[in-house]
Amino acid sequence: MPKEMEVPMTAIEGGNAAYFDAVVVGAGPAGSAAALVLARGGAKVALLERGTEPGSKNLYGGVIYPAILAQLIPDYLESVPIERRITRRITMLVDDGRATWLAHDNPSWGDPAAPNAFTAYRPAFDSWLAGLAVAAGATLLPSTTATRLVRDAYGHVAAVATDREGPPLRTRMVIAADGANSFLARQAGLMKGAGAEGYTLGVKRVLGLGAEEIERRFNVASPGEGVDIEILGCTGEVPGGGFLYTNSETVAVGLVLSLTGLAATKSRPEELLERLQRHPSIEPLLHGAEPLEYGAHLIPEAGFSHWPRLGSKGLLVAGDAAFACLAAGLWLEGVNYAIASGAEAGRAALAEFDSHGAADAAAVYASAMEASFVGINHRRLRHAPRLVMSRATQVGLPRFANHLASEIFSVRDPEPKPGLARAAYAAAHRSGVSPLGAGAAVLRALRTFG
Amino acid sequence: MPRITDTPNSKLNYRQATEPPEPGPGIDLDQELGGVEFRISTRPHITLDNRVCAGCTARRCLNACPARLFVETSAGEIIFNYENCFECGTCYLVCGHEGALSWNYPPGGYGVRFHRS
Repeated sequence: MPKEMEVPMTAIEGGNAAYFDAVVVGAGPAGSAAALVLARGGAKVALLERGTEPGSKNLYGGVIYPAILAQLIPDYLESVPIERRITRRITMLVDDGRATWLAHDNPSWGDPAAPNAFTAYRPAFDSWLAGLAVAAGATLLPSTTATRLVRDAYGHVAAVATDREGPPLRTRMVIAADGANSFLARQAGLMKGAGAEGYTLGVKRVLGLGAEEIERRFNVASPGEGVDIEILGCTGEVPGGGFLYTNSETVAVGLVLSLTGLAATKSRPEELLERLQRHPSIEPLLHGAEPLEYGAHLIPEAGFSHWPRLGSKGLLVAGDAAFACLAAGLWLEGVNYAIASGAEAGRAALAEFDSHGAADAAAVYASAMEASFVGINHRRLRHAPRLVMSRATQVGLPRFANHLASEIFSVRDPEPKPGLARAAYAAAHRSGVSPLGAGAAVLRALRTFG
Repeated sequence: MPRITDTPNSKLNYRQATEPPEPGPGIDLDQELGGVEFRISTRPHITLDNRVCAGCTARRCLNACPARLFVETSAGEIIFNYENCFECGTCYLVCGHEGALSWNYPPGGYGVRFHRS
């Protein structure tokens, strides 16, 4: 990891050093939301992106929940590049060749004027959102990697050095929306101690099927609608989960794997993914599809316990860099949390500018995050990431669900049917779950999600 | 090796399979990486110091890197190919040996370029 190096202020005090009220590092959803808010507020803002275009370095588990986007950009649906609106959400519990599906169909989610969730390609979506920031007056600097923060004599962040030629960009506010690794937050000492245990690795394969074939295989009611499947019990010895969702012409299938779990085994990510693809409940959905793109990305899944300090003088941290994404098992959301945190960071910076420094952006931002759904949900669900990765959830739950379903739905005439309590007891026994362990897991789940 | 099969109902033009298709959706990582766009800089953004790696027995990088870019030679050295790197950060997080990896993002505009992610 690059070390923070001191650049003498004289190097950036020259007459030709560009000045911006704010420099936003990273044109993902957090950075572009911050830049949009700042530009709308009249600030001179630079939006740095190390990819050739926004989103080209980004990869995610596939679903965007747009309620907060609609608040920020009321007419977003007129231009947002959507793949499919999700009208069916499935949780699939897998045990060897068996699978138990919990599916929820909700036609109202298909309303083109108010979708609950949609799939999108990140290069398209992120470029779109950055484009709105540019339209509002932000300056997008693509193909630009921020290399370090530059501090003034008081230790305040005063500029951002980049790998472009020329002096660092002078500014009074840096918003580090530089993603899961956030070297800026690390360099600034805000993220001390975030090691492998804070992250999962997402691997994803995008496969071409064609729109008609997708609609046939996934049995979606009308064109433009799609399916999101979250899968538990499919990652072998490594704690994690799987996902499968539909785009317009392609499907994406992938895994999320605990980094420490992956490092502790000899399992390879692509081998685990291949095993999921061969599952008899999954294989027919993907059969014959054309491999188009493969990729991987880190996810800062540890939640509230790993939140960094959200800012210091002249520096705010937003999005994945702030561990803002929510990986709480039932809820797997990231882009909406990134947008919300970025927008709050932008507002906090404006508050400092507009008060001529009387308000401290870092303090304003921290309390705004605390009071918003981002902070409230993260605090409430702070034990969820660990519970989701626990052996009870990873192994016990999918085994139990499948043994129970098998126990109940297998007809063994002339044997009399078991009572439900006996079926549950037998299923727990076969799953290696003791009654005491099951009770403890249920209590823990109630405490975590109740 | 092509392993693309066609379905009877499909109206898509799949890449021509030259061998009998495998029954399942196998993953050949080299082929997967071949389908990803990388703009390769002449300067590696990650370097490793084999003097440190020599003392490491865990070698978690070999297994965890999603692009399998860390390879152990017969002499026990670890070699790393930066060209097909997803820039995910897995290697430095699982490594745990101070100074083994020098990790930077590629220069702006270089490295992986996703299209359908």
